[in-house]
Amino acid sequence: MPETIADDSVGIVETQIIHFSEALVLECGKTLNEYDIAYETYGELNADASNAILICHALSGDQHAAGYHSMDDKKAGWWDSAIGPGKAIDTNRFFVVCINNLGGCKGSSGPNTINPATGKYWGPDFPIVTVKDWVLCQHRFMLSLNIGHWCAVIGGSLGGMQVLQWTIDYPDLIKYAVVIAAAPKLSAQNIAFNEVARQSIMADPDFCDGHYLEKNTVPRRGLMLARMLGHITYLSDDAMRDKFGRELREGKLNFGFDVDFQVESYLRYQGRSFVDRFDANTYLLMTKTLDYFDPASAYDDNLALALQRTSAKFLVISFTSDWRFAPERSREIVKQLLQAEKQVSYIEIEANQGHDAFLIPIPHYMNVFASYMTTISETLS
Amino acid sequence: MATEHVQAMEKGSLRADLAIIAQWIKADTRVLDLGCGDGTLLSYLRDQRNVLGYGLEINPFNIEICVEKNINVIQANLNNGLKAYFSDNSFDCVIMSQTLQATEQPDLLIEEMLRVGNEGIVTFPNMAHWRARFQLGLKGIMPVTKNLPNQWFNTPNVHLCTLNDFEQLCKKHNIEILQRSVVDHSHKRGSVLMNLFPNLLGEIAIYRFRRNK
Repeated sequence: MPETIADDSVGIVETQIIHFSEALVLECGKTLNEYDIAYETYGELNADASNAILICHALSGDQHAAGYHSMDDKKAGWWDSAIGPGKAIDTNRFFVVCINNLGGCKGSSGPNTINPATGKYWGPDFPIVTVKDWVLCQHRFMLSLNIGHWCAVIGGSLGGMQVLQWTIDYPDLIKYAVVIAAAPKLSAQNIAFNEVARQSIMADPDFCDGHYLEKNTVPRRGLMLARMLGHITYLSDDAMRDKFGRELREGKLNFGFDVDFQVESYLRYQGRSFVDRFDANTYLLMTKTLDYFDPASAYDDNLALALQRTSAKFLVISFTSDWRFAPERSREIVKQLLQAEKQVSYIEIEANQGHDAFLIPIPHYMNVFASYMTTISETLS
Repeated sequence: MATEHVQAMEKGSLRADLAIIAQWIKADTRVLDLGCGDGTLLSYLRDQRNVLGYGLEINPFNIEICVEKNINVIQANLNNGLKAYFSDNSFDCVIMSQTLQATEQPDLLIEEMLRVGNEGIVTFPNMAHWRARFQLGLKGIMPVTKNLPNQWFNTPNVHLCTLNDFEQLCKKHNIEILQRSVVDHSHKRGSVLMNLFPNLLGEIAIYRFRRNK
């Protein structure tokens, strides 16, 4: 709970919802006739609407990127370290927008909302959406706020993939692209981890083929397992060693199958707290969104050709100990951008926190990020 | 020399060796600077000559400054960064200033520069400068000078050479030298005498070259 709000916090914020009644045709061929989008904004839109920034969230993120919903909140928004007055994404200069992507579980239409056609929860019947669908939806959302273009689109991990898709799908509507800890597509190993996560959810008897909400239950064990697995891939071997080592929770081995080591306790805690804030069907859907992401596939599997269309200036950032989307994956993006003769800077941040590093205010990372954002703000009228 | 470069030098904003390089770069071209440091040359070329520049740099502190200056900078090691990122003939000119002597395989790197760029420019400290000759030839010690401040055991400069060495390498690799210049340790432009005996009196050599056609 924040006792006082820090000067560099956006403070108390509120989620808003816009209802869209224009049909959205999705890549899977299905159509959403109407849908809600939940979003938050921080800072002020300037007179010529040139300072708007879209923040794209990752797998388990949502629209609450910064600030607090109330003084009772235990934690600030998921990227509070980077968004706020005087922070890297400076809300004194920029109008920052973050939306809960379609299929999410924090107020936008998704599996845990009511399907207007049936009056029941969408559940497993919510169509599988792709990054391209999200970007289409984000574009409509942008226009609904009377914004003509994004000064920058920024995101980490799955968020970074949305940034890439933006530069390809709406090359004239995005000036700067910040792609952090992302990849041009998932590897077989990435997909394999996602599949184990999905299987653990679907194998839970409480999953009820996805109709658990109607049956007033939640596949707690399955979702918890999925999150525990995810967490292993978010941390590096070094980070786990630094954080837990082989420390025993009770100071001795118990010769049983309950928690012996601190790392087990940590994973169980992460898994349990996730179940209370996330929807299992959304987790299934978003892991599929990740698996399907491959913007080059529409361009003869040639990423350079896809990026040929872009006109944004790029900043690509990776973290040395990230093995989920390792620096090698970011270098692929950079290489193809250079092949396409695009303007790009690439920074590899020395960090031992693994994939999670993109959410951590590492000084060198924040300095580079803030400097880049300053150069962007200097281009504004 | 064009007036703008003279002014830049007078203001002390551009080292003489960089001013000479700047003078050799045509306006509106694409330039890659290997080991671009804090981006001084690239920001100068962008502002004064409308050059679209990219820098390769390894030092995180320098990278921060490059980003601050709005320079396209790629964090990479020179020894494999060129191969990893850049396709053939993607730049008009590839620059490497004061770095050649610290690379693993200078000959291969020069070849790489001419694969990626139409022309190359390198600058390096001249080991045959009289001060270095004096220290090695008469005192019998490895030279330590203002340009080569490290001792033999801690120097990053593992591939030192002289003007003559460099020119022989170019000849062997079928590389045509287009321009040569020398400056002294305070990066002042060479005197008449220095230009008459560059391998003896020049402290820093600057070459512009391309593949012999």
